[in-house]
Amino acid sequence: MAERFTLRVNGQTHTIEADPEMPLLYALRDDLGMSNPHFGCGLSQCGACTVHVDGVATRSCVTPVSKAAGHDVVTLQGLGTPEKPHPLQTAYVEEQVPQCGYCINGWIMTAAAFLNTHKKPTDAQIREALTGLKCRCGTHTAILRAVKRAAEKMA
Amino acid sequence: MNAETNLSLSRRALLQSTGALVVSFSLAEAGEVLAAAADKKPPLVPTELDSWLAVSKDGMVTIYFGKMDGGQGTDLAIAQIVAEELDVPMKSVTVVQGDTLWTVNQGGASGSTGVRFGGAALRVAAAEARRVLVNKAAEKFGVGADQLKVADGVISVANDATKKVSYAELIGGQYFHSEIGWNKQYGNPLALTSPAKVKSPSEYKIVGQSPKRFDVEGKVFGTKPWVSDIKVDGMLHGRMIRPPIAGASVVAVDESSIAGIPGAKVVRKGDFLGVVAPKEWDAIKASRDLKVTWSQVADPFPDMAQLYDHIRKAPVTKSDKQEKGNIEAQFAKAAKIIEAEYEWPFQSHASMGPGCAVADVRADGVTVWTGTQKPHFAAQGVAGVLGVPVEKVRAIWVTGPGSYGRNDAGDVTVDAAVLSQAVGKPVRVQYMRYEGHGWDPKAPASVHKGRAALDAQGNVLAIDFNSKGFSRLETNSTESDPGDTLGGMLLGHKGARTAAFNLPENMYTFENKRLSWETIAALLPGASPLRTSHMRDPLGPQITFASESFIDEVAYAVGADPVEFRLKYLTEPRDIAAIKAVAEKAGWKPGKAGARRTRRGDIVTGRGIAYTQRGNTIVAIVADVEVNERTGELRVPRVTVAHDCGLIINPDALRRVVEGNVVQGLSRSIYEEVQFDRQQVKSVDWLTYRIVDITEAPTQIDVVLLNHPESIPTGAGEATMRPLAAAIGNAIFEATGTRVRRAPLNPQHIKASTV
Repeated sequence: MAERFTLRVNGQTHTIEADPEMPLLYALRDDLGMSNPHFGCGLSQCGACTVHVDGVATRSCVTPVSKAAGHDVVTLQGLGTPEKPHPLQTAYVEEQVPQCGYCINGWIMTAAAFLNTHKKPTDAQIREALTGLKCRCGTHTAILRAVKRAAEKMA
Repeated sequence: MNAETNLSLSRRALLQSTGALVVSFSLAEAGEVLAAAADKKPPLVPTELDSWLAVSKDGMVTIYFGKMDGGQGTDLAIAQIVAEELDVPMKSVTVVQGDTLWTVNQGGASGSTGVRFGGAALRVAAAEARRVLVNKAAEKFGVGADQLKVADGVISVANDATKKVSYAELIGGQYFHSEIGWNKQYGNPLALTSPAKVKSPSEYKIVGQSPKRFDVEGKVFGTKPWVSDIKVDGMLHGRMIRPPIAGASVVAVDESSIAGIPGAKVVRKGDFLGVVAPKEWDAIKASRDLKVTWSQVADPFPDMAQLYDHIRKAPVTKSDKQEKGNIEAQFAKAAKIIEAEYEWPFQSHASMGPGCAVADVRADGVTVWTGTQKPHFAAQGVAGVLGVPVEKVRAIWVTGPGSYGRNDAGDVTVDAAVLSQAVGKPVRVQYMRYEGHGWDPKAPASVHKGRAALDAQGNVLAIDFNSKGFSRLETNSTESDPGDTLGGMLLGHKGARTAAFNLPENMYTFENKRLSWETIAALLPGASPLRTSHMRDPLGPQITFASESFIDEVAYAVGADPVEFRLKYLTEPRDIAAIKAVAEKAGWKPGKAGARRTRRGDIVTGRGIAYTQRGNTIVAIVADVEVNERTGELRVPRVTVAHDCGLIINPDALRRVVEGNVVQGLSRSIYEEVQFDRQQVKSVDWLTYRIVDITEAPTQIDVVLLNHPESIPTGAGEATMRPLAAAIGNAIFEATGTRVRRAPLNPQHIKASTV
């Protein structure tokens, strides 16, 4: 049965009533009206739903809302804005990375968490950090260029 | 370029009353730039110049594009073409696309014709608009039109700088009410005619440059909505229920099984079965919990291991061929005959997100927000399935997960419409992952045979090439007939079920040549998870994997270098130039098979070339591979592409389109294969349908762009996909000395061929 949960998303606090087993993704999209994390698979296989939970890249499609309550959740819009972009967002624009862009939330959020803990990563480390994320348009090489560009700025 | 600022107040009020709170909706309403105009907008027909573009009071130009961009920058190319012909800066141009209320049916995204046909029409419209405006200025200044020049949307008298007038002053906020000619064909072939002279490529200032795309920032900052983000007040969430065994019918539904889920309801019309609920998670739970009794059906599919035998043995439903010379006479006198057969599996669009659409079916009209790449046709399909006139249906295309052909975006649009009509409320349906893989229309599986007759000197006397497989139009490439959508089929609509395959398009000059195809019946007619349709470069990868692998086999059989061999049988300068360009960029070392092979432990390397045409676009590719001889593991570290699509509109965007083709094409070449058993498709997610991972993406993709401004732009959306599998297969042969003739070129098939 529905329970009450307090979610802290992009610094703002929200209270919702939900099935404790409901994935965080639906709390963000359906209850809070946020569009950045996408439903891609619901199986933690593609990454399109990725958010940061206490700074850790987390697949919101398989994270029960009960587990996310009380933690700091950050979405793509919380990562940066056109006025105050994250270096990855700047690099993605400079490299004109996305095609359809449905996956790009996952790639940016995962890379952002990775670059927070890995300064000056090698190409192989970047690939390893992003393994498993899916992109159907085949923008992988553009993604690698953008992440390298951002890594240099963040080093 | 904020289209939202152009919204009229009346429209805003309407938006609020219907509760559509979505940014993209307002973007679509950029169509209404002239809403404040005193006169009435002419009807949306191809013969009205106002159907193609508008100039606002502040001089902004809105283009109405009846195709759409899936993220490759087609809309950007259109904007460049129009800005060029109109002589306005890029920053004043906005594109409204894929909305049936505002755009003429130019066929949607289809066959790499966005620039080729779509751009050609808009180019004429822009030149005509410029002509009309210059004539107005000539009248105003009392001079001949030839005395006038245009720069940045301002017309001035050539020898009197004081006499000038802007487009905004001449027409801003008003309709042209001017006629333009057309060829009376809707869809891809739609062409416009005008007495206006279009610019010569030597005059181009914007075409050929690389301005940045319109959509990238919105995607990177998460401010641009996808179709899955559309919300309408009072909207319910819907999910569909699919049979566990393909072809099974609904016998009984136990509605009490979801009685505990708030607001959940069943919608059943025959075998069309869905659930709706106010909350999305509840709709998902209802779709999982609903108890359904399905009919017993005989196993609909053969053993997957027997797929290619099935294709070989199946009766031919339709065939076609092109023949030149006397084939059999040449084979009769041949000193040597080479034969080989190649196989290609079913492949899934497996779009990044499963299909999603929102439908709002009301008594006075229907609106669907859809990710289909053919919204005009989807509107027809929705009208057909609902039984309402097509004029009452508005389809608004909103960016969806990348659509590369006839994926599930049209199916879900029809499903949402049927559910909305049934419950009397707006309904959003997003398919689940298993539907995105398991129930989308598939790229056809096929078998291909090559035969070559050679004389004693190794010259090719004759080539005989045949393809046999499932039709590329068993499910049509558009959704205009409800019988070509999953929901429509379940409701009893019958599509045309067209039998169609293709011939190879390459231009080798063999004197005796027979190219043929044969189609076979679908394994399960109707609403099948293995129904076949168009997927990026329909049949191109299949046919060209076979034809260009076979050319390589012939080249090596006569001891020739595969680059030299191809050049020997080509005469067109641009074909030759593309092959030479890729060989030079790749640093191709001429020689027989193995000349480029290296070995380090178990790892052998090789290089392969393949070339093709696609609708006059020419692509030549050199692929470098590393194969682990022990495990069959394959890596493709470098791919070199020479690409000639005529006039280049935007080199940077083109380069990225080619790169995307390479990586997606690599995925299809080496991993993608739909798994099925006797009862059902078993590729239902990313674990059961492997695609390329970033750890496997090439480290180097070199793209040589061959620009031919004297030629029309012939399209780049699909051509690079076409020869890639053959280039990789040819490289595997060089590395391992054995030919892998079954796609995908995965470790299992490589090992099966080499061990």
